[in-house]
Amino acid sequence: MNPDLIVPLLAAAVQSGTPVLFATLGEMFTEKAGVLNLGVEGMMLCGALAAFVTSLYTGSPVLALAAGGLAAALVGALHGMVCLVFLGNQVVSGLALTILGTGLADALGTPLVGRTAPGFGPLRLPVLGDLPVLGPAFFQQDALVYLSYLLVPAFWFFFARTRPGLRLTAAGEYPAAAAAAGLDPIALRWAGVLGGGFLVGLGGAYLSLAYTHLWTSNLTAGRGWIAVALVIFAAWRPGRAVAGAWLFGGIMAFQLRLQAAGTTLPSSLLLMLPYATTVLVLVVAALRRGASRGSDAPEALSVNIEPED
Amino acid sequence: MLRKRLALVLAAACLALALAACGSGEKKAEEKKEAPAAAKQEAPAPAAGSAMQVGFIYVSPIGDAGYSFAHDLGRKALADVPGVTTSYVESVPEGADAERIIRNMAAKGFKVVFTTSYGYMDPTLKVAGEFPDTVFMHCSGYKTAPNMGAYFGRIYQARYLTGMVAGAMTKSGILGYVAAFPIPEVIRGINAFALGAQKTNPKAEVRVVWTKTWYDPATEKEAAKSLLDVGADVIAQHQDSPGPQEAAQEKGVYSVGYNSDMSAFAPKSHLTSAMWNWGVYYKDVVEKVKAGTWKSSSDWWGMDKGIVDIAPFGPMVPKDVQDKVLAAKADLLAGKDTVFAGPIADQKGAVRVPEGQTIPDADLLGMTWFVKGVVGATE
Repeated sequence: MNPDLIVPLLAAAVQSGTPVLFATLGEMFTEKAGVLNLGVEGMMLCGALAAFVTSLYTGSPVLALAAGGLAAALVGALHGMVCLVFLGNQVVSGLALTILGTGLADALGTPLVGRTAPGFGPLRLPVLGDLPVLGPAFFQQDALVYLSYLLVPAFWFFFARTRPGLRLTAAGEYPAAAAAAGLDPIALRWAGVLGGGFLVGLGGAYLSLAYTHLWTSNLTAGRGWIAVALVIFAAWRPGRAVAGAWLFGGIMAFQLRLQAAGTTLPSSLLLMLPYATTVLVLVVAALRRGASRGSDAPEALSVNIEPED
Repeated sequence: MLRKRLALVLAAACLALALAACGSGEKKAEEKKEAPAAAKQEAPAPAAGSAMQVGFIYVSPIGDAGYSFAHDLGRKALADVPGVTTSYVESVPEGADAERIIRNMAAKGFKVVFTTSYGYMDPTLKVAGEFPDTVFMHCSGYKTAPNMGAYFGRIYQARYLTGMVAGAMTKSGILGYVAAFPIPEVIRGINAFALGAQKTNPKAEVRVVWTKTWYDPATEKEAAKSLLDVGADVIAQHQDSPGPQEAAQEKGVYSVGYNSDMSAFAPKSHLTSAMWNWGVYYKDVVEKVKAGTWKSSSDWWGMDKGIVDIAPFGPMVPKDVQDKVLAAKADLLAGKDTVFAGPIADQKGAVRVPEGQTIPDADLLGMTWFVKGVVGATE
């Protein structure tokens, strides 16, 4: 293939991977603290709607982005209530949260369908943006894509090198030990739920502020579930999350380009590609894990912290 | 122990809330009446002299550009008909829910119920059997009953004209077409668009990308971008969202809209739109029902009756192109041109329609092949 086709494909892969990347990092953050949250899809939708409404009425994309994050964190707080306060089943609560979030965003957002709101547009970075191939592929994107570039190393640094990061990890690996060390694992898990929720909300906001400037019911179209799968694929490592998200985005963009290039393959087969790849990648990840006999998941993931009374 | 039980209760409450939220959107819509006093009465049939109730069921939210929006403009046009009140329910999924809502309307004494999406066909037929005094009108299907009619419009005529504009405006000769599902209605539209484009630019080719969604702005925009990447410089679409328009405007190329005038979404790129004008048809049906002269039929109205049209040209369309397109429109109106007049070859170059012949309606309704000049798969 010639570079004229590769470069736009890379650019599209990054752009369609970015909302998934934010959501994957958010879910990873929450899971690192030991809480499994399957409500990502619903939280993303609420984030996307809150961001869209805020942008529509204030005209400020930055404010809208924050609103998107906060809204998703707020919805995520429901999950925290169920799992951290009342010790409910994390799987059931997360599924309920997806249904709730989808329904809520649908009910509140219906009057806004079809309207356009201001958001983030392409922003060519000086110097980097002028590089051959890499420039147009990676550095002529919008501000939120650049934010995701910064977020990934920051995420890694936070968990690998800082004290709060280690404490969160402790709450996810072995909360009893964390408690013995004088920490409050419940408070740490709350931080995981809310902080992760905020990032998931940014992923939702990306869809309604940058990817499109529109709102519609079910704008996420399953991207929240892809994020949940990618956390496992990435083995709770932010670097691999980037690979997973861009791969998913890339295949999505690739199948459309294959059609545009005039292929005669049935479109139904092509449309299966991103999802089939996700399944395949999970199987491979599981096989590899089986071979190494270890698990990358936080030890106490989805295990509630029972009081000792 | 107690905490565990509490948690279960809470989880259950959460689920209940979620279900309530899912249901509430629909209920709210159901209550949106134009004339609440008349519409809310529960009597099986309105008393003589009271307003005739006409109901509409939409598959998507009305929004302000798409398919349901166009139908709702038609509903609003009924405001001119005296003694008629209208109401609607939006976002009704095709299936069991649809049947319940159609039955609800009939049970409330609605005289005419328009069900505006293909997937409502069987539910409509079923309910029509239960309420012989109500007139049911189903859009884009083929089943009818003594009290159920089928209707659609020849939007392909409008697409043909928009194709002429696109063909005249393209520099690369490549036109991009973002399409929803490979069904005859969409394929027919693509073919008409391509034939129109070839009329003003014999070398024009139409590249098709299927999204397999009716309304997913993110995917539809990405599909448009993929067409732009292979050199398309006019983007047309058969979707319910203006996502493709957004992509075209951002790239600084032209676009052709669908359903309603989409100039508001991309003022710099919008050449024209193929648009519906359901109002003329809805008025006709309602007036006939009022007068007692309505009879079940399968209607496929064309541009001559005003049910479809093209939106006003964007300022970038030169005068001579406008004149050419308007002349072709006049030919369509006068019946001198039928869009699908031979000779027409398919993608492989085999002649499907010889000179002097035209494709009959029955074949148009089941069209599953692309004309020459269309690049893409039909499945």
